[in-house]
Amino acid sequence: MKLIIPLDKVSKQDTALVGGKAVALALMAQHAGNVPHALCITTTAYNVYVDATGLRERIYFELCRKPFTDMRWEELWDVSLRIRNMFLTTPLPADPAQELQTAVASVFSDKATVVRSSAPGEDSMRSSFAGLHESYVNVRGTKSIIEHIRLVWASLWSDAALLYRQELGLNVEKSVMAVIVQEIIEGDVSGVAFSKNPLNNSEAVIEAVYGLNQGLVDGSIEPDRWIIDRKTGAILSHTPALRSRKLAAFSEGVRFEPLSAAQAEAAPLSTEHINRVCALVNTADNVFHEPQDVEWTIRENRLYVLQSRPITAQKTDMSDDQRSWYLSLRRSFDNLKALRVKIEQELIPALIAEASRLADTDLIRLEDHELAFEIADRNEILQKWTHVYWHDFIPFAHGMRLFGQVYNDMVKPADPYEFVDLLRSDKMLSVERNRMLQHMASIIRRTEHLAAALRNGCEFQHKAFNSMLDAFIDRYSGEASGTAQAEKHKQALIRLLLKMADHSTPDKQAVRVHQAELTDRFLERFPAAQRERAHELLDLARASYRMRDDDNLYLGKIEQQLYRALNEARRRIGARAISDIDALTVEELCKVLHNPSYVPARKSARHERPKEFIVQPRQLIGQPAGPGIGVGTARVIIRDAELFNFKAGEILVCDAVAPSMTFVVPLCAGIIERRGGMLIHGAIIAREYGIACVTGVPDATHLIHTGDRLTLDGYLGIVTVGEHAL
Amino acid sequence: MKKCMNTELRLKQELKKLFNKQRLAVLATQKNGQPYSSLVAFAATDDLKQIIFATSRATRKYDHFSNDGRVALLIDSRTNKVADFHKAIAVTAVGTALEADQRVRQHYVKLYLNKHPHLTEFVQSPACALVQISVKTYYVVRTFQNVVELHVA
Repeated sequence: MKLIIPLDKVSKQDTALVGGKAVALALMAQHAGNVPHALCITTTAYNVYVDATGLRERIYFELCRKPFTDMRWEELWDVSLRIRNMFLTTPLPADPAQELQTAVASVFSDKATVVRSSAPGEDSMRSSFAGLHESYVNVRGTKSIIEHIRLVWASLWSDAALLYRQELGLNVEKSVMAVIVQEIIEGDVSGVAFSKNPLNNSEAVIEAVYGLNQGLVDGSIEPDRWIIDRKTGAILSHTPALRSRKLAAFSEGVRFEPLSAAQAEAAPLSTEHINRVCALVNTADNVFHEPQDVEWTIRENRLYVLQSRPITAQKTDMSDDQRSWYLSLRRSFDNLKALRVKIEQELIPALIAEASRLADTDLIRLEDHELAFEIADRNEILQKWTHVYWHDFIPFAHGMRLFGQVYNDMVKPADPYEFVDLLRSDKMLSVERNRMLQHMASIIRRTEHLAAALRNGCEFQHKAFNSMLDAFIDRYSGEASGTAQAEKHKQALIRLLLKMADHSTPDKQAVRVHQAELTDRFLERFPAAQRERAHELLDLARASYRMRDDDNLYLGKIEQQLYRALNEARRRIGARAISDIDALTVEELCKVLHNPSYVPARKSARHERPKEFIVQPRQLIGQPAGPGIGVGTARVIIRDAELFNFKAGEILVCDAVAPSMTFVVPLCAGIIERRGGMLIHGAIIAREYGIACVTGVPDATHLIHTGDRLTLDGYLGIVTVGEHAL
Repeated sequence: MKKCMNTELRLKQELKKLFNKQRLAVLATQKNGQPYSSLVAFAATDDLKQIIFATSRATRKYDHFSNDGRVALLIDSRTNKVADFHKAIAVTAVGTALEADQRVRQHYVKLYLNKHPHLTEFVQSPACALVQISVKTYYVVRTFQNVVELHVA
């Protein structure tokens, strides 16, 4: 059983054991020289590890929890996070651990290394799939190297790999991962060279940056680019970059460092260097008999090969579906910091100003045709902000995921979602809204005559309560006070407040103490020099978490203004005795406003064939998103207005818990959500209140009906419907 | 509502696929409160409302369901591997068993032998009864813990 093969002993026959990347490196070492020392950790080592520790079955369980076709991208990320945490918290069994430790210690001692993936089959998919698996730069010391080997193994099941599972042929029984541990060469200049320009076969391309190559490969540093004539070696063109920084090894990891003035002025490669890199890729072409994409670095004028792989003429298209959008969410710390500034200083103030401008328009005074134009405008405005939501707000949510990964790497908690406890904040909009509700409920609880008057639907005199109630409706209902809609909203709100008054709010003091402890524990794991960076990351993650909760409420402000105009249109049209007004689309409403004689076609009732069977759920599986057991009666919420019927002790069943719905959460015995994910509003708020929660239950709102008896297992993610008799 | 119809159709297709693939099922009967189970070769009607099996009239199971027609039948796709926990589907059909009378017997014989042609001699024996279970409910278990009920309307 070969767990380890030194790179200089690897031959072509070892591809299944060490992966194509390692074989390519070995061949380059034989023919071109100057490949840094490396050890290949074979696929056998992976198999021994997952079989001896029972991980293979546990991965199975995670992957089969529900069909991939029913999983949202957030759920894929969750699956991947849970699997990654299993690898993080499961040590190697003693024998293979000993073998790896001895080999790693004898070759690398305390030298810095790079730990790379080398999955067999990766080479056949070519460079178009590069980046789906992880590599770690500047890893030092036997213990840390072995931990990072486990992380590279885990990346076989990364979210990106799961997205491309069909193309990768991912299969728990057969998929394996080999790893290359290689001495790091801290190059002065690094880059990538393509022996053949995919756009013009007579040219080669060289890209170069100062410092480590990782900055170029992950796109965080713009490279200088040269186009070379393949035949003559002549430089055809040079496109300089805006040079300002480089990536350098730092402590255990890497960091950006500013370039000196001289470096910022000068191209990273001289003509002589360019000629040497050209010669290197020509050698690679000759060794592999096909065009190559070679990663290289130069230190003290010596050229090293880091990686060589074939260039695919036709890249697998990763841009024509939602997957490329999802992959674009994986952003760097610096990118997220810039995005935060844009969101907090530019987008949110603009959104609030726009909502406020719309709120100031007196819709009642508008002529019908003016109202139609207003609706069309508002619809366009909503679409514009929905676009911003998807392209800026949602990507910013990656900040908490990035933090989660760092937290798990440093702390290795048993619960992979422990990090969420550090991110909670009282400053979230939904928390503010809930606080207002709780405050009003507490006034009712303390003031008997007020409670009695409210229960009996009588007039009541309580200045503080009244003004708070009006302020709440003004702020959150989107209806101008005094209108019939606002009055309807007010009555429903009073009914809810009376129910809330019967239940005191859970004390969150304990939560705050826990958060402080976890924060200390996290920061202590960093050496003093890196604590500031850890603080910055935590701060970014908290902003990201807050934004994840607030963004829907912000977008809701614009939605409210569209609904306000639509309600005004419906009120006017209602007077013309047009039936089914609620079912009219925005376009139809506008048509009716423009043309009083236009009568929308009535939708014909669908004929459904008689049912042969009645489907009833008994036990449904989702994601265990909030630990606890909840027993109660289901309340299925399809429209927000139905929330006001919610009774204390019921189980909330909905498509997705929007922040605007979270005020009923303290009354819930449990939460079931169709939408899946551990970092979505339902899961976040359930954790906040310690309520059992299961998310990602397919068809939840269709299979479960209001009034069904439910038992919710938030530890395992199981919902049992009905009583226990057959 | 549309979703429910889809769920029903999807489930029925899944059951048909399983019933076509699996030859044997575990039949559970009881007498005087004592449960008993036996392996039977089965076939299902296209509408999934009837499940057919053949048995000699001298068997214990025949005696049991003749006294108490309430039976359960387990049909599953397990392969005795760890992956079964996530890949296998197990369906329990609960209903009432009754020997098929002469008017429908020929129809069911054809259906049954189409799936089990090697049992021709057995089915044609005068001692062999063709039994129809009128299914009341299917309990469908997938991925180890996902349970859905399909009640005949």
